[in-house]
Amino acid sequence: MAIIEQIVELMVRAVMQGTPLLFGSTGEILTEKSGNLNLGIPGIMYIGAISGVIGGFFYQNYTSNYNVILAIIIPLVSSLAGSLLASLIYGFITITLRANQNVTGLALTTFGVGLGNFFGGSLIKITKSDTPFLALSKISAAYRTTLPFANRLGLFGNLFFSYGFMVYLAVVIALIVSFVLKRTRVGLQLRAVGESPATADAAGINVNRYKYFATCIGGMIAGLGGLYYILDYSKGIWANDAFGDRGWLAIAIVIFAIWRPNVSILGSYLFGGLYILFNYVSVSMNLLPLMQMLPYVVTIIVLVIVSMRKKRENLPPASLGTNYFREER
Amino acid sequence: MSETVSEKFALQLRTVTKAFGTKVIANKNVDLDVHYGEVLAILGENGSGKTTLMNMIAGIYHPDAGEIYVNGEKASINSPKDAFKYRIGMVHQHFKLVDLFTATENIILGINDGNKFDIASAEKEVKSISDKYGFVINPKKKIYEMSVSEKQTVEIIKVLYRGADILILDEPTAVLTPQETEKLFDVIRNMRNDGKSILIITHKLHEVLAISDRVSVLRKGEHIATVNTAETNEIELTEMMVGKKVSLNIGRSEPKDTCDRLIVSGINMTNTEGVKVLKDISFTAKAGEILGIAGIAGSGQRELLEAIAGLRPLDDGNITYINPVNSEQVELRSKSPMQIRELGVRLSFVPEDRLGMGLVGNMDIIDNMMLRSYKKGRSVFVDRKPPRQLADEIIESLEVVTPNAQTPVRRLSGGNVQKVLVGREIASAPSVLMVAYPVRGLDINSSYTIYNLLNAQKENGVAVIYVGEDLDVLLELCDRIIVLCAGSVSGVLDGRTAKKEEVGLLMTKVKGVGENE
Amino acid sequence: MNKENAVAEKDHAHSKSAPFITITKRDSSSLKRNIVVRVIAILAALAVSALITLFITGENPIELFKTVIDGAFGQFRIWGTAQSVAMLLGIALALTPAFKMKFWNTGGEGQVLIGALASALVMMTAKDLPHWLASILVILAGVTAGAIWGIIPAVFKAYWKTNETLFTLMMNYVAIQLIKYFLKVADGSGSSTVGPSLLQYGRLPVLFDQQYMLNIIVVAVMTVMMYIYLKISKHGYEISVVGESENTAKYIGINVKKVVIRTMALSGALCGLIGVLLVGATSYSIDPNLAGGNGFTAIMVSWLAKFNPIIMIFTTLLIVVLSRGAENVSMTLGLNKSFSDILTGIILFFIIGCEFFINYKIHFNIAKKSNEEAEGNGNN
Repeated sequence: MAIIEQIVELMVRAVMQGTPLLFGSTGEILTEKSGNLNLGIPGIMYIGAISGVIGGFFYQNYTSNYNVILAIIIPLVSSLAGSLLASLIYGFITITLRANQNVTGLALTTFGVGLGNFFGGSLIKITKSDTPFLALSKISAAYRTTLPFANRLGLFGNLFFSYGFMVYLAVVIALIVSFVLKRTRVGLQLRAVGESPATADAAGINVNRYKYFATCIGGMIAGLGGLYYILDYSKGIWANDAFGDRGWLAIAIVIFAIWRPNVSILGSYLFGGLYILFNYVSVSMNLLPLMQMLPYVVTIIVLVIVSMRKKRENLPPASLGTNYFREER
Repeated sequence: MSETVSEKFALQLRTVTKAFGTKVIANKNVDLDVHYGEVLAILGENGSGKTTLMNMIAGIYHPDAGEIYVNGEKASINSPKDAFKYRIGMVHQHFKLVDLFTATENIILGINDGNKFDIASAEKEVKSISDKYGFVINPKKKIYEMSVSEKQTVEIIKVLYRGADILILDEPTAVLTPQETEKLFDVIRNMRNDGKSILIITHKLHEVLAISDRVSVLRKGEHIATVNTAETNEIELTEMMVGKKVSLNIGRSEPKDTCDRLIVSGINMTNTEGVKVLKDISFTAKAGEILGIAGIAGSGQRELLEAIAGLRPLDDGNITYINPVNSEQVELRSKSPMQIRELGVRLSFVPEDRLGMGLVGNMDIIDNMMLRSYKKGRSVFVDRKPPRQLADEIIESLEVVTPNAQTPVRRLSGGNVQKVLVGREIASAPSVLMVAYPVRGLDINSSYTIYNLLNAQKENGVAVIYVGEDLDVLLELCDRIIVLCAGSVSGVLDGRTAKKEEVGLLMTKVKGVGENE
Repeated sequence: MNKENAVAEKDHAHSKSAPFITITKRDSSSLKRNIVVRVIAILAALAVSALITLFITGENPIELFKTVIDGAFGQFRIWGTAQSVAMLLGIALALTPAFKMKFWNTGGEGQVLIGALASALVMMTAKDLPHWLASILVILAGVTAGAIWGIIPAVFKAYWKTNETLFTLMMNYVAIQLIKYFLKVADGSGSSTVGPSLLQYGRLPVLFDQQYMLNIIVVAVMTVMMYIYLKISKHGYEISVVGESENTAKYIGINVKKVVIRTMALSGALCGLIGVLLVGATSYSIDPNLAGGNGFTAIMVSWLAKFNPIIMIFTTLLIVVLSRGAENVSMTLGLNKSFSDILTGIILFFIIGCEFFINYKIHFNIAKKSNEEAEGNGNN
């Protein structure tokens, strides 16, 4: 029985660890499906986190009549707005100005991580607030509210109902993106843009509009991963660099999930589980780094196998990393 | 001779003119009438302006002058979308399909009719269109799993799905086997019987006779004549297509001291798409003569030269080089370009794709000169002195118009790019020189520079292999001419005695069809 | 300029419909113009950065500027700046041959770290060897490890076209975790670095009593050598041809696979060398943050310099001066040091974005119908 409890607990923790990764990888998949390899996603996740925190910080500290709904909505909206702006920077430079995607993405990550850590570390000082450290406990409590009957359902309840709403949101978004990509006209046209922008253009599809659309929505989804990490997982406490390399792990999951958001749900939880597996298996702590290395090694293996098997459906979008420019004749 | 504009015609063109730049006039005052429910063949040599004319009807280009009438009404067609409004659709030679998508997904791509997105019902409609006209297609099949002919079917259905009544097919049979061509013709007849007008670009005469109701012949951008297919024959069409023989006064010396230099025997090649592109080709190139290779574009010329140069693998057959110094025989088959050179084979090759293969567009003239010679010597460094001298020499002797030798070649005009490339290939003192379409896009003066260079090489005892498209040039420049047709040799002619029509007929004759006559 | 305008106008006359703005590829851009565009971009970036700093701190912009300069070139900071320049430039140089071949090596960070790790292993264990031999082993181990880290993705790219951007990116994190593992097993203390007390053997010599001198000299030599290698060596020439057109490379008989693997071996080896310097000549300690993200920043440095080693000196200086300067600003004003990353990011956005105005031409079509009246206006 104890073992089952442990396994359930491991799974619960894996889900919580996996949720930021799920947001990040879903957003990146959507972006990459349009042919844009956004290496700025780690930065955008920081920006999404800090924007939400800033919104929440002002609401928590400067409101007189606290309202749970607003406590949820304000950070959410400011997070989305921050991620949107960050994505627009990337989009403008790569889509409109057609600059190199890798370079732009890396610059955005530098910028985003810096922005996050700067405001995370200086917000209190800048606003001359009298709170001792950046902790949004009240708002976090709202984010971490679980369904009331979760406790009464034992292990089952633990496994399925013990999370804040954003865990479910991540799954729902992944499923929606999966559905949109696979089953809708917009998805078909978006995939055409990522596979062959010239063909899409010839078919009368506005290539740039789709690239902007995918980059911005994708960035906003990824940003929610940062928000979840701070307001739910970290209980509202900001610590610089605590988010770590999760943004890059999210990009790894994109490959692992072979560009399918629904597979990404499993991938994220699996990678999340690997992150904390050391707590549950009796190995020396020394092996922890090697376990944390596993996701990356697995990703490389997937990447290699996919390129060797050359199954077309599993390869990266054909135009990934390149910008589209229609040469006028 | 053209009818007045009226609603009795599906499509009419009046004095349509289109120029590219100031020099190239693609179409000049073209009039054309297309009936409802007919197959009109648009016949002409390469570069006669067929495709440009059709592109104007399909909205890819806009005419500089002249009008287009659809159903008797003046039409303004600025984009392919506009063309579809007038129920005109074109199937281009290069397919625009997303490989990863199914047939149906490609067919409905880009349509936003406000209806619910429903692949299943689209598949049904695709099925019903294909049943109606006799296509064989699986709507759920992915493009990358398809043969070329299936992909073409998808392109045609794409046009029909958008409701086209006027269909333009740009050389649809170029990529098809004879059996597939027959099937396509059945489909075309079905469409015609359904009241659709089909314009089919081709230069294969027997196909024109087999499928069309009428034929419009274009030559050098002008409309020569439109005749009823039933009232014409291959000879008459060829004459209209190639025109009277024009004397170019390209000097041609008598070959001296000829001897076998390169023996190609029984080579076969299948390309990456699984299509057999070379079929049992044998010939001998002799030192001291220019061997011409004639044929419609895509008959295997490119593959043949690239096979000799070591760029493409053969299925079987041999390519034997006879060393001029010691008469030793060297087998070139399945050797890389580097190995070929290391064997002491002095083979030069001016490929069709000048900036994409023969040269590096972003490099300057000096560095492009070095492509052939950079490996010389044991030093780890390149020696730019000889290529710089060579560049200066070529610039001077061939009158290359360039600010200096440090100019990237992509900034030179087409003729000057070609001079740089040919100059380099000749500079390595080849014993075999292969040139593919060396005067394409060049003005008269540059063209003559090239002809003279080739003649000089021949007189130096080089075996020159010349792939060309202009029959007048081939007949005046080459000592012998091999005609390729659909990957096979359909004839070998003497350049001095061959008739233009003779070459034209061999070019368009698929083996078997011609032999029966 | 005149010729270029004429060409553009001719091109323009062909386009049939006339949207308000049309964009065409620029045929060429004069050196003068390129410099002007970039200078404007940098000035604009500085202006925006100053405004943001002003907004957040309320400090006088002139003072800020002084603080930046002081941060980079101040009395006690100049050697630190030189060291930062050397390390960043070294990695950028290492990545450059790969980029020139259009192989997107985003794995510089990992190649540096794995080189450092291999060196550290030797420095920890080579106790019975003579010092000079140990030093040579330190270098060899680091360089070899870096090369291997570069060769692995190159082989897969050459034979199976495996996406190298993603592959090399992932290799970074494998290297980071390997170092973390090393930290755990090297000393049982569980500390987050392995320091000088453990890495004793085969340390590289300190020249002229100046800790960073060896690094600076090595990178200076590297700069010159890389310039020569790319510009006049046969290998460099092959790299350019493969990068520009694989088709041409095949046509003249270059073995493309060989060039790809060889070049990535070099790229990785040089990254590994920087790793050697960081551990064996600088800090005698190793931790996962040893390269400090320079493996990524170097990508931008190399790209901004258009892969020219000499220009790279200046792009490196620009980035280092700005970030160290901004660091100083944040320190003096008591702000978080990440402030410098924000400013670096902004400046990068501007410089990256300005390439558009160098590579493309914008036409504003004033007339509604006729194209002849349209203006080729590329100078904005």
